Amino acid sequence: MKLRVYAGVGMALLLAAAVWPAAGKWDYSEIQNVPEKQKVKANPMEKDPEAAMAGKILFEDHCEECHGVKGEGKKKAPSLQAKEVQEATPGAIFWILTNGVVRKKMPVWSKLPEQQRWQLVSYIKSLGLSEAKK
Amino acid sequence: MKIRELQKFFWPTLIAAFFCFGAKTSRAQENPYIVAYDHYLEEPGNLEVEYFSTIGTQRGGPNYHAYWIEFEYGVTAWWTTELYLSGQSTFGESSVFTGVRWENRIRPFKREHFINPVLYMEFENINGADKIMKEVEGHDVESDFLRPNNESKKEHKHEMELKLILSRNYKGWNFTQNTIAAKNLTNEPWEFGYAMGASRPLALKASAHRCAFCRQNFVAGVEMYGGLGNRYSFGLKDTSHYLGAGIAWNLPKGWTVRVEPTFGLNGDSHQFLMRWGLSYEIPGFGRMVSALFTGRQQ
Repeated sequence: MKLRVYAGVGMALLLAAAVWPAAGKWDYSEIQNVPEKQKVKANPMEKDPEAAMAGKILFEDHCEECHGVKGEGKKKAPSLQAKEVQEATPGAIFWILTNGVVRKKMPVWSKLPEQQRWQLVSYIKSLGLSEAKK
Repeated sequence: MKIRELQKFFWPTLIAAFFCFGAKTSRAQENPYIVAYDHYLEEPGNLEVEYFSTIGTQRGGPNYHAYWIEFEYGVTAWWTTELYLSGQSTFGESSVFTGVRWENRIRPFKREHFINPVLYMEFENINGADKIMKEVEGHDVESDFLRPNNESKKEHKHEMELKLILSRNYKGWNFTQNTIAAKNLTNEPWEFGYAMGASRPLALKASAHRCAFCRQNFVAGVEMYGGLGNRYSFGLKDTSHYLGAGIAWNLPKGWTVRVEPTFGLNGDSHQFLMRWGLSYEIPGFGRMVSALFTGRQQ
């Protein structure tokens, strides 16, 4: 009997979490919260011509599901082509990737090695440039 | 539930998952641990379906094959929940379904720290024939597995298990330590155990082209785990301990293969365990379920 109660409560919680409405407008305030010391970190992959290409593959594997194919944003996650992101320093983006925005469903990506996170930063930064060309 | 029913249920689920969701592109980034946990949770809305298998040697009795299916769902970025169904076949005896586990992992801090804690709570409704060795605790020893299935499956266990997972990444390495406290809810003392592991991808930089065999897709590691007695007899006496060296191969489209040969470290441990697992991650599973109930467009 008790087991059924536990199972019932568990299923109800899961269902509630699954159908919980997605967040509405994104405020990008997390970028402002990045510590100054982290913001000024330079991207060590900046001069690597293959960094953005490798970052694109990583983006497709880990980020596209929530942020959209070209980082245009979806219901679940904000646009990465937005001014706030494109004007952010590489260090700030790297810090967000490392720490996630856990309370807003952005997972921690420190499980990707540091080099791969910087490759992702290179790609995310290139999204803005490709938008500007249009 | 008979073990054949369990197997009937597993393979169609995995195959259906592959065909229904295989078109999505996703690559898991999993560590090779089979027992130890690191501090990473399932991505929110993703479902990971996992199959694990352990072939164990048994002195004084027949060897066995224990297996379990895991459904791991990322409820939020700070909460992952998992359901396990387990069974075992003891060679020359029988195959039995050994029970259900429901596990929850919660990340208390919202940012990365020097050491990252995760709180783990699990409820187990299993029987005495359980041999999956998802963890080792208390005075679990090799001779516990000698009882024949038709006798051991009659023993029912309702257990609660708590773990404190402490994990850290440093220069591409992951180091993790799990402290385990488990309580059989039928008035038995708290039992303790540990698991620890270290792992690292074979390459830290990602390749600029897609490849299944690139070094960054392989993560190698070691893990060690064992029991620490119980509340009344804490320590290493009459406990078993294991050391395994494993590799995880993160394939395209969310598949991961893990292999871990494991060796017993003392006379109370099984001499050798061959452990392996196959997992598949379904991205956006929660969104699909949500769309079913709310009719919202994906």
